[in-house]
Amino acid sequence: MLRAFGFLVRRDLRIALRRKGDALNVLVFFAIVASLFPLGVGAEPNQLRAIAAGVVWVAALLAAMLSLPRLFAADLADGTLEQLLVSPQPLPLVVAAKIAAHWLLTGLPLALVAPLLGLQYDLPAAALAILLASLLIGTPVLSLLGAAGAALTLGARGAGALLGLLVLPFYVPVLVFGAGAVSATLTGLNPSAHLSLLGAFLAVSSLVGPWAACAALRVALD
Amino acid sequence: MSLDWFRVAAPQAFFPVAGKLIPWFSALAAAFAATGLYVGFFVAPTDHQQGESYRIIFIHVPAAWMSMFLYLVMAGWAGFGLALNTRLSGMMASALAPTGAMFTFIALWTGALWGKPTWGTWWVWDARLTSELILLFLYLGFIALKGAIPDSQRADRAGAILALVGVVNIPIIYFSVQWWSTLHQGASVSLTRAPSMAATMLAAMILMALAAWMYSIAVSFARLRAIILERERDAAWAQMQRSAA
Repeated sequence: MLRAFGFLVRRDLRIALRRKGDALNVLVFFAIVASLFPLGVGAEPNQLRAIAAGVVWVAALLAAMLSLPRLFAADLADGTLEQLLVSPQPLPLVVAAKIAAHWLLTGLPLALVAPLLGLQYDLPAAALAILLASLLIGTPVLSLLGAAGAALTLGARGAGALLGLLVLPFYVPVLVFGAGAVSATLTGLNPSAHLSLLGAFLAVSSLVGPWAACAALRVALD
Repeated sequence: MSLDWFRVAAPQAFFPVAGKLIPWFSALAAAFAATGLYVGFFVAPTDHQQGESYRIIFIHVPAAWMSMFLYLVMAGWAGFGLALNTRLSGMMASALAPTGAMFTFIALWTGALWGKPTWGTWWVWDARLTSELILLFLYLGFIALKGAIPDSQRADRAGAILALVGVVNIPIIYFSVQWWSTLHQGASVSLTRAPSMAATMLAAMILMALAAWMYSIAVSFARLRAIILERERDAAWAQMQRSAA
């Protein structure tokens, strides 16, 4: 079973590496969104520091959402998804592998790039570290819940905008505590409570997300 | 008198039952609303702090209650339909969603109208307001998802999964927003320290809540009948209905 998991993750990574543009576009989108805010609200350093965490986190939510249709759409189009559904491997395992690959391709790079964007916002080093930590804990939640949304909108009309409507409300807690952790550090508070709550969301969504995604895939490929 | 519930669970059998029930629930809604509005506007005393503007709570509070209650009912029917594969349940969930979204919108809008004279602002990022806004987005997402999937059976099941995930998440969203607002704002306006309420005010509010409840049943049954007819349009009985109408 673990071999199947590893194989599926490697397969998704290999496919993505052959079309590097897709994964890179999401990163570039993330950087552009985060860079637009100072142009809009002004480059006053104190103000930038105050909005930095929120901006980076919102940009990360949008970038993660943008990458979600890729999760199942290509496999649905070429018939791979149906083969995976009828394969002897349990479907939650398949979905978990796809979610893991999705996170390695989007969530992890986003988290690694985020400290650079934080520098643009003049964040101190301690806050940068917490930003990285909060994104590392929080972005898997985005992939887990997003997988359910991506599976629900398979074959729906206008799936792109619909996906945002479905998924973004569920991202609110992650945004609140992800950005909250960084803000707490900036005001000299201990961010560990925020990070613990993010960890709790990760635990809950690793139960709810794959279950909902499996159920939705079964509905979509009925 | 015993009613055969399983027979009534078929859309074809429930269609005439709903038709017979609608006038009753509509009449109840009108009666409750009339007495509730009378008590609210003529019997209940003027609030010594807020003056007359507080009377909007007779619309606002029932709407807010219904907005949350209807989401639970909707998710309950949707989950029931997903588990037992009953067609009527999914249709019922679809019929409830627009009413729930409407009450959510009314709760937000009347809240803004009340907030302007009382708090001096249309909107504060209070936990209740924010989570009510997110509830509106959840309703809209449910309606949009159902609308985007052409096959109605698939749409019901996809909507059911979304509604169930929503039910799990609503408390999480509510508490996260609550902690967020206590973290971000020192002197936020609190809805919870409302002064103790006169008995007539409470009576008017409960009457209006009952009116909203009866209205929701009547209007969602009417919508349910339309959905049943639309989905069963190829069945012989539905075509007889159409030629009779």
